[in-house]
Amino acid sequence: MEIGLNHYLVLSTILFAIGLVGVMRRKNLLMLFFATEILLNAVNIAFAAISHYYGDLTGQMFAFFVIAIAASEVAVGLGLLIVWHKRHNNIDLDQMSTMRG
Amino acid sequence: MFEAIAFYLFAFLTIAMFFIAVTTSQALYALTALAAGMIFISAFFFILDADFLGAIQIVVYSGAVMALYAFGMMFFDTTREVKEKRGNALIISGLSILSAVLVVLIVAAPMVATNITASYPVNPALGNTQDVGMILFTKYLVPFEVAAVMLLVAMIAGIVLAGKKMDLSLTLMTEAEIIDMKKDQNKKVLS
Repeated sequence: MEIGLNHYLVLSTILFAIGLVGVMRRKNLLMLFFATEILLNAVNIAFAAISHYYGDLTGQMFAFFVIAIAASEVAVGLGLLIVWHKRHNNIDLDQMSTMRG
Repeated sequence: MFEAIAFYLFAFLTIAMFFIAVTTSQALYALTALAAGMIFISAFFFILDADFLGAIQIVVYSGAVMALYAFGMMFFDTTREVKEKRGNALIISGLSILSAVLVVLIVAAPMVATNITASYPVNPALGNTQDVGMILFTKYLVPFEVAAVMLLVAMIAGIVLAGKKMDLSLTLMTEAEIIDMKKDQNKKVLS
């Protein structure tokens, strides 16, 4: 059986849905970051598949930039998370509902 | 034939790993499952003839990002059980509807756009890595430079945020000095 573009798009959708469920139900901020990584990876698969089946390199270029953004997001996010943990000794999302410094 | 076998095998493995990463209550299990899922995803890139992207996926995601998370987790209490939100029926039903709409949109999108022509077509005479390099350093040079500046900004932000009080070493200080420092910190937090 031939694997077509739709197979990859369905796989990408399933992974994106898993990531979305993770974002919605996680309370721990570190786990929330993991779920966002899953979201970005699902999109990368779709980009690479479209790039392959249309014979166009633009999709791969976008995937590179997505990876670069994910790397910088992790650096800044983890830094903020460490500062928050030093100050409040927890990383629960519900404790961050107030915007008091 | 082999492509189909590889696709289904890695699809199953990736979905299983990410499912574990999303549902487990242990932070360390989630981290290792996520790292394994990243490596399995690079297999899709190799199947899709995007060799360079696959190598980048392994180097950046399972190498750099996962190592960064592992270092970051040294600051947190990872043995503690992760508490979860109580399921809200409205949110769950909303999510299901959103996912279903997403499936329809993603599968229908390529059918709508039938007459697409490649703006940067793949050159079969070159390998994938050379091809990517040619496009990246001619057509996408400005975004590439902007991404480089963004990574620099992120690096400085990470150092500034996480590197506070790195000049103090708790192992080299005496007990009295540590108690004094903690008192000072408490004053700062309270004031």
